[in-house]
Amino acid sequence: MNEPHDQGIEDLLKKTFARVNHDLEHDLWPRMLRRLDERSAAVPWFDWALLALLALWLCFWPGAIPVLLYHL
Amino acid sequence: MELLEQPTELLERFARGELEAFEKLFRQFQGEVYGWIVRIVRDPGLAEDLTVETFWRIYRARARFDPGRNFGAWARRIASNAALDCLKGGYGKNARRETELPEDFVSVPVPDPGVQRDLRERTERAFQRLPAKLRIVATLALVEERPYKEIAEALDISTAAVKLRVFRALRLLRKSLKQMGVEP
Repeated sequence: MNEPHDQGIEDLLKKTFARVNHDLEHDLWPRMLRRLDERSAAVPWFDWALLALLALWLCFWPGAIPVLLYHL
Repeated sequence: MELLEQPTELLERFARGELEAFEKLFRQFQGEVYGWIVRIVRDPGLAEDLTVETFWRIYRARARFDPGRNFGAWARRIASNAALDCLKGGYGKNARRETELPEDFVSVPVPDPGVQRDLRERTERAFQRLPAKLRIVATLALVEERPYKEIAEALDISTAAVKLRVFRALRLLRKSLKQMGVEP
């Protein structure tokens, strides 16, 4: 049992906001699976950063393109 | 909310990242986590989204979970944090809302019809003005009448801190209501 504090406001709150008694109506696992799939398919930010660095490098030193292609 | 003890073996498999173990835990605890969140956010659709968000956080943090601990209590703490982020506006503004409620669904339970509409609206406005940290405690302690100990465990704070937040929430509410011309 919690301690009473300010009965006037407590009563007002109880009359304004009724207690919630709501059960989950369906299984959320399919949504959880979708969430997991979305996140695993997402490309991490550092991969994008690496790609940006590579693009910059090739812009400034186009001569590096054949070297890159050779190593690929 | 009943916090069932889990076999350590299942929790160890979850901590290792086995999806099957996570699914078992999800199915067992989704109802309890949802029940806790809906009391805080008072919107069943949003509570469903936050339940998925909570389990996403749980899954990400699995490597840090100690299988010797109570999974239910840990899940409730993470759920409380997710709900708190939502109240602060950190989740609801950015997240895509997956569940749209049916039009006939009453998201907030029907209040006592004896209370004048205007008074109710002022009280709601005053309540919404409370800082999220105080609002979550006030909702659980004063509206939902959950024991302080339970609230303290869920928010990972002391019982004394819960009492202090309830006291501060009531003081701020009284001040706001007074400014609106309401003297409870």
